Amino acid sequence: MATSVVEDALANSPDDHGKFIPAKLGRWSPITVISALSTCVPLLVLIGILTILFKKAYPAIKYNGGGFLIGRNWRPGNFYANPVTTNGVQHPLLASYGALPLIIGTLESSVIALIFAIPLSVGAAVIVAKKLHPRLRGFVGAFLELLAGIPSVVFGLWGALTLGPLLSRDIYPVIASHAPNIFILKYFRGSTGAGEGLLTSSLILGIMIIPIIASTTRDLIAQVPRLAEEGAFALGMTEWEVTRKVTFPWISAGVIGATVLGFARALGETMAVAMVSGVVLGSYPTNIYGTFTTIAATIVSQLDSALTDATGLAVETLAEAALILMLITLLANVGARLLVRRVASTSLPIGRGV
Amino acid sequence: MSQDTSRHSGNRKLINLAVIVLCSIALVLVIAPSIWIVLQVIIRALPHFSWSVITQNGVGLGGGLKNEIVGTATITTGVMVVAGSIGILSGIYLSQFAKGRTAVILRSSSEVLAGIPSIVIGYIGYTALVVGLHWGFSLGAGLLTLSAMVVPYIAKTTEVALRQVPTAYIEGAEALGFKPTRILTRISLKTALPGIATGLIVALAISIGETAPLLYTAGYSQNLPKLALTHSPLGYLTYAVWTFYNQPTVAAQRLSFDAAMLLVIFVLALIAISRLIVAFTQRHSEAKR
Repeated sequence: MATSVVEDALANSPDDHGKFIPAKLGRWSPITVISALSTCVPLLVLIGILTILFKKAYPAIKYNGGGFLIGRNWRPGNFYANPVTTNGVQHPLLASYGALPLIIGTLESSVIALIFAIPLSVGAAVIVAKKLHPRLRGFVGAFLELLAGIPSVVFGLWGALTLGPLLSRDIYPVIASHAPNIFILKYFRGSTGAGEGLLTSSLILGIMIIPIIASTTRDLIAQVPRLAEEGAFALGMTEWEVTRKVTFPWISAGVIGATVLGFARALGETMAVAMVSGVVLGSYPTNIYGTFTTIAATIVSQLDSALTDATGLAVETLAEAALILMLITLLANVGARLLVRRVASTSLPIGRGV
Repeated sequence: MSQDTSRHSGNRKLINLAVIVLCSIALVLVIAPSIWIVLQVIIRALPHFSWSVITQNGVGLGGGLKNEIVGTATITTGVMVVAGSIGILSGIYLSQFAKGRTAVILRSSSEVLAGIPSIVIGYIGYTALVVGLHWGFSLGAGLLTLSAMVVPYIAKTTEVALRQVPTAYIEGAEALGFKPTRILTRISLKTALPGIATGLIVALAISIGETAPLLYTAGYSQNLPKLALTHSPLGYLTYAVWTFYNQPTVAAQRLSFDAAMLLVIFVLALIAISRLIVAFTQRHSEAKR
């Protein structure tokens, strides 16, 4: 009974636009079958990724144990000594892996990226949607597309050879010498390095996720009912008050969803971070300028050397790290989509913000 | 009392102005990096650019990018064929046939796949195809891995485009006695073509610009790609950026910037093309709203 109500609702929803009558085509017509099989591909790939990752990571999970989540050593062990067997897993002598610095590095760089990206994206989206002439709006949209389309290696190249050196020469020393020695601000003091590190990486990640948050926010603002906003204007509210009291409450769920999506994208970003983080294993950055690494950057830069581990433990450990990354991003993605599906009328963009 | 209100309203106007100024600054800060990156890459690459970059293969840390350019073109063509057909078919299914919970699950899995980090997909491509199926570093492994990444984009844009086909077109065709298959090909797909093309362009831009899924699947070669699916490592443009940028020789760094410039130019061109498609179809669309 309940399902038929849902089906009725689906049938009457505007989603039904553009459907021709598939019933006449028959359930087993070639088009139906082939297109159904194609549609299963993403689901099969997802299941395949999880299965292979888990199977590959299993020996590493057994060997590294719970220490993997709280340890900080990243020692592949002695590849030249005879392999040793522990818990039924063959491994190089003295191999010991802890992923906590990677996990923390992944999370903190993405959180700092959000701190940059959210105000910039929302501010820009408000101006674009409310103040800009429609023609200019399209122009700005093209720049957002460009920002979303620039390959992440090019971001990395720019960050490593232009932005990083510039910041570490002209900006970071100024901040470092003026930051007071209190609470969070004390992490802004100290050595500023050569431009590779946490703050530079986070800045670049922030820039990379701006298109996701900004374009979603802009589209959401355009969907706010005009009557509600005009009513608020008629009550004598200023533009800012209308935005804060009418527009923002209306779009907040969608913006949160887009933010979580941007967060997930920052967590998984690989090349740019591998080029500007410094990829330092086994330690934490001492201040916000310090070199660090993320899970994704570690995998891409360590897989080559991991392949020289004859016992395979190094590669399996990277699979374990990838599994953790995969689970975190999966959680963020599914969470954001469920939230938005439940409250907002629009659907979130996918991947890089399409 | 009245004085109080007027001061209050003065404050409110001031706050309003301040917010507008702040948001405008935010807009400038959002636009600036893209311009900065594009200009920076071109400024670093153009003064040293010579046609030999395009006409020579890579030699050690120098030479040209011909092998990478042809490699990128080969992989991308393959991705367009594989991911293009799977994605468009899946867009058709999601917009026309899928119902209820099945539709939600299939659509969500595609959306979630687009959010999986590229290096995870690359790692799986390496484990399953390069090692598992003994394909070695190869065109086949690279293009299948990349295809898995871009199918969701094509599926989503195709689905959206097909949904926007006016119902009146379809009903009209039905009234004229069109067969369902013919309605799909002649009416729905034809009307949705601009949208589908835009999706393919997005997928093209992504497959040209991705690195992580290819590093451990396509490998690298200084020769032109062989047209074999297995045991055929090949170069691609993003590899040059990633490998050469921190090499000690000037020639290598220049190649890195040359490759980056070519990538940026491709992306700019693709954005321009998709804008033209949208503008053209808006001008010629019958369904003006």
